[in-house]
Amino acid sequence: MAGSRNMNLACPIPKSDYETVLMAHGGGGKMTQQLIERMFLPVLGNEWLEQGHDGARIPQISGELAMTTDSFVVDPIFFPGGNIGELAVNGTINDLICCGAEPLYISLALILEEGFLLDDLWKIVRSIDNAARKAGVKVITGDTKVVERGKGDKIYINTSGIGKVLPGMSISPENCQPGDVVIINGSIGDHGIAIMSERAGISYESPIQSDTASLSRMMLDVFHHHSNLHVLRDPTRGGVASALNEICQASGMDIRLYEDQLEVTESVRGACELMGFDPLYVANEGKILVILPENLAGQVLDIMRSHETGRLSRVIGHVTGEHRGLLHMETTIGSTRIIDMISGEQLPRIC
Amino acid sequence: MKYIDEYRDKLLVENLVREIRRETAREWTLMEICGGQTHSILKYGLHDLLPEQISLIHGPGCPVCVTSVEIIDRAAELGGNPKVILCSFGDMMRVPGTHSDLLSVRAKGGDIRIVYSPLDVLGIAEQNPEKEVVFLAVGFETTAPAVALAIHQASKRKLDNFSVLNSLVQVPPAVEALMRSDQNRIAGFLAAGHVCTVMGYQQYTKLSEKYKIPIVVTGFEPVDILFGILGAIRMLEHNGYGVENAYGRSVRPEGNLAARELLQKIFVNEDRKWRGIGTIPDSGFLLAPGYERFDAEIRFQLNLIESEDSELCMAGEILTGHKKPSECRAFGIDCSPEHPLGAPMVSSEGVCSAYYRYTRVTAVHQK
Repeated sequence: MAGSRNMNLACPIPKSDYETVLMAHGGGGKMTQQLIERMFLPVLGNEWLEQGHDGARIPQISGELAMTTDSFVVDPIFFPGGNIGELAVNGTINDLICCGAEPLYISLALILEEGFLLDDLWKIVRSIDNAARKAGVKVITGDTKVVERGKGDKIYINTSGIGKVLPGMSISPENCQPGDVVIINGSIGDHGIAIMSERAGISYESPIQSDTASLSRMMLDVFHHHSNLHVLRDPTRGGVASALNEICQASGMDIRLYEDQLEVTESVRGACELMGFDPLYVANEGKILVILPENLAGQVLDIMRSHETGRLSRVIGHVTGEHRGLLHMETTIGSTRIIDMISGEQLPRIC
Repeated sequence: MKYIDEYRDKLLVENLVREIRRETAREWTLMEICGGQTHSILKYGLHDLLPEQISLIHGPGCPVCVTSVEIIDRAAELGGNPKVILCSFGDMMRVPGTHSDLLSVRAKGGDIRIVYSPLDVLGIAEQNPEKEVVFLAVGFETTAPAVALAIHQASKRKLDNFSVLNSLVQVPPAVEALMRSDQNRIAGFLAAGHVCTVMGYQQYTKLSEKYKIPIVVTGFEPVDILFGILGAIRMLEHNGYGVENAYGRSVRPEGNLAARELLQKIFVNEDRKWRGIGTIPDSGFLLAPGYERFDAEIRFQLNLIESEDSELCMAGEILTGHKKPSECRAFGIDCSPEHPLGAPMVSSEGVCSAYYRYTRVTAVHQK
């Protein structure tokens, strides 16, 4: 079944009918039904969606649950390394993972702008399906609305997710302890720079790809072996600096980073130098910060590195014994500097 | 990364620091002119590595910071004009004017766009012939050539809906103004490497001779800055003065001749008001005769706005190196990057924002 679905690459709504989203596609009538039946069900269809019900009844899940919601408004919707569809699914899955939960179900709400190309919608729906299946989650309920041309920007996506917290997991930013180490699963700043470069029309010798990825498989593997993780956080908007600052503030602990341990690709570094950004504040979409007792670090790193998304996992810092709630970094030249919360958005510098 | 890592090399830094310590016998105050240098110094904690006889004070080389509040107010007025598309560098968006900043004007419906290059503005003007497209031109000699090129091309392409709200300034007159001040305690300057890349350093030779002061053309990476400091200290300790180029990989004595020629064609010098400092003679670039039609102040008759700086903000004393941000009563309390009272707290090159970002804990504790 999955195989035959993948074969179906052409947009299932014939171009002769219409090429773009019309107001009627969100009207709840025949056009809406046609959109669901031709475009969504053949790809995302499952026992819940096929019922065509107002919502989904979820079978009993024992134990603690985790729930998250996130909206995606990225511009451009297609960018090097991904698109808004997989970004939405991966983002929601990763938020559940950061609660120590196994992602199970997600909802999918689309807000489409009148005139949006159905071909593009089709690409996005397929990529949503692909990302969900890779992570083993099911899209069990959804909604489509259409807004007049100019009232939206092509497509906005909201996804909510439900997951089952694994037994023994107690993840909270307040849990970090002096001596804990901070692990990240690879290079930083890729997603934000890929998006900003695309927006600014800057291209590079080696194109910068978004790191959008589901962390589900790698982290579930970790969870099954070790439940004594203290903090998990995906450093999306605001980057590693903002995520760690939030943890410092919540726990009142100091965290010290080592600049020479932070992996930043040559292209991202070059782009940051050019545009005046600090990669520590740039968004990631396939990274996770894991804070855990030092004696577990070796084993957890081994598990993470055995997965493609964690190949470059490494320790980048530790929780010190100080209680000021500050994030600081030992620089490559041996001095120390404070890494503050970013204020507002990073603005490109002028000279 | 090539051409970056070499200049952030730990061993080179250690060697330079050792050499500076060996050379330094007396007390010296040096000023780094450019805000980019200030940020590097604080980001890498270079001030902590220097012997205590050397104190670094931070110069006015932040274009966003020295742009007068009148210009911000005029930009805000233009940005709110429904017939206008105002284009600006991102840095200017949050700088407080008398009543508002550009981000707030945009939130209220003003068409204000962030651009990366003045040349992008020409495209916007071409695509929107029914609108007046104004570029808020702030910056030093580094930015001025790109603005000059945009004006030159607009003239050639006969773009009559493009104009420039001009606040471009020049560094050497500001250096001279600092040297003339009664309170001056600067013994040597680290000149801004990028400005000299465009303009060369012949103007500094005259200043150095006139005031018998060492001026070292300096880059922006830790090794560059320490190398510049070493050059200045060596001259001072041997009672010498003159201009040295410690940024030879970028700066030629004559600068970039094509850029200088264009500047001469498009601009003439004029007196310019610097925020917090006052009017400095001949420190601005004014559109030359023949190009006045691209001057937004003439096109829109904007001169009547009454502007006020915040009373709490001591940006002037900070931009002239008389006070450090940590000596300001508002620093970190009434004034922060979220609620800036003055531009030095906003700009990525502003000295207050550098202190806030990199040294806030120690600075607030010292108060």
